[in-house]
Amino acid sequence: MDCNSINEIQDQIIEDFEMFEDWADKYEFLIELGKTLPPMDEAHKTEENRIHGCQSKVWLHAHMADDKLTFDADSDAFITKGIVGLLVKILSGHTPKEIAEADLYFLKGIGLQEHLSPTRANGLTSMVKQMKTYGLAFDSKNTLNPR
Amino acid sequence: MSTEILSAPIDIAQIRADFPILDIQIRNKALVYLDNAASTQKPKQVLDAEMRYYTTQYSNIHRGVHYLSQIGTDLYEKVRRQIGQFIGAKHEHEIIFTKGTTNAINLVSYSWSSAFLKPGDEVVITGMEHHSNIVPWQMACERHGAILKVIPLQEDGTISLEDAANIIGPKTKMLSVVYVSNALGTVNPVRELIALAHAQGAHVLLDAAQAIHHMPIDVQELDCEFLAFSGHKIYGPTGIGILYGKEDVLNAMPPFEGGGDMIKDVSFEKTTYNDLPFKFEAGTPNIAGVIGLGAAIEYVENLGLENIHAHEAALLAYATKQISQIEGIRIYGTAPEKTSVLSFLLGSAHPYDVGVILDNLGIAIRTGHHCTQPIMDKYGIPGTCRASFAVYNTKEEVDVLIAGIKRAAKMLL
Repeated sequence: MDCNSINEIQDQIIEDFEMFEDWADKYEFLIELGKTLPPMDEAHKTEENRIHGCQSKVWLHAHMADDKLTFDADSDAFITKGIVGLLVKILSGHTPKEIAEADLYFLKGIGLQEHLSPTRANGLTSMVKQMKTYGLAFDSKNTLNPR
Repeated sequence: MSTEILSAPIDIAQIRADFPILDIQIRNKALVYLDNAASTQKPKQVLDAEMRYYTTQYSNIHRGVHYLSQIGTDLYEKVRRQIGQFIGAKHEHEIIFTKGTTNAINLVSYSWSSAFLKPGDEVVITGMEHHSNIVPWQMACERHGAILKVIPLQEDGTISLEDAANIIGPKTKMLSVVYVSNALGTVNPVRELIALAHAQGAHVLLDAAQAIHHMPIDVQELDCEFLAFSGHKIYGPTGIGILYGKEDVLNAMPPFEGGGDMIKDVSFEKTTYNDLPFKFEAGTPNIAGVIGLGAAIEYVENLGLENIHAHEAALLAYATKQISQIEGIRIYGTAPEKTSVLSFLLGSAHPYDVGVILDNLGIAIRTGHHCTQPIMDKYGIPGTCRASFAVYNTKEEVDVLIAGIKRAAKMLL
């Protein structure tokens, strides 16, 4: 996965979703993805790592290794967690610069853009913002904890 | 959609025809609107009244000598009288137009507290208040060195009068209590609570946002000092609400906001304030909203609140019975006396997930903490799914909801 660019992964996800005929199949896939994602390390599920959405909770943890930023994330709602999983799959393992500059078009491509609406209150918009903030912070060679 | 009448002597098909939005499709499915506790839809009578006002009667009101201004002022003040009669106020100047319930509670918590709340005094609320009836009082208590006390919520979503009697004491200066819980549907024993508060010399504010469209209310019979409600929950426009206050208490309170309309004379040395109700209505009001609200209340009165209540009660009973047969359903709020609010969780499914799936089926419910986080904390849950019924909902729509929940169960559990 690491060798694929952010856009290659997004294109692959869009292609994967094209096989679903209706919304229910799409959501069933997302829910399955949410259910099967490995749970986040409880040690990282801290209040500090929690992203405040009004309804579903999202946790995000980032760490740098070999110039690549890796994310670990979770949510208490399956649909949100499924999308969280997609975001981690797309952005994790890339350089901070790539992450900060990424254009996340896949949600529109798979017809789930409403989940990224700031009014949705599911924490996803803030999560993407936080992922990019990590990217920016590490990219500017700030080796301190950006939070 | 067929429109079976459950029990009320009102024609639901005819009522549905008054609400244009009920005909729309959501994702190619007929809209099933069950988010009425958040806001109700508007009948064409309300839309027409606002349209007529803007197209043929509009100008600014009060003090205008020209024809349109006088028409507008008459319409506006007529609604004040109408609302006074609707809730049984003694004087029409006891009816204050506000932006909504939240604004009305903030007016009281600010202005009343300035006149009546002293350090060491107590303000009592319940464990089932909307944030709008918690935060303004926390702010007021902080400003005046008073103490906020809470009558605890019990497992079934009610409060006990014994607890209330223990908490409402000689230091209590205000009991601000929700008439009907937005998250649970519980109807509180407000008459008994008001008696307890008055026995201690305290004033009472009733948050009637979730009551006003479900049951007849008579403020003189209730004898509360204040009552607040919003227009948008009684089939009226958004951005308009009512604060009722007893004349003597309102007269003892300083103004809330300063500006036009609320003054008698202004000079840089000394400004004198207008009489009730204008003292509390600074600035150009929401005139069209008031006129729309007047049409909404006329609509509700024509249907009859008893008839509306009977229909909604029948829908709630049917929905409760049907939903209880789904495996893994837990209902929150099982008070003997409830309005048409059905708050539930489906197994271990997160309410957000259930809401998203129902949305894809064209069913609008509300999920989350419903601005009542302390209730959710009490039950140790992140939130609930809440279906809430209005006069235009049907038994068939309940069936669609139940089928939707079963579908969600299949996908999520």
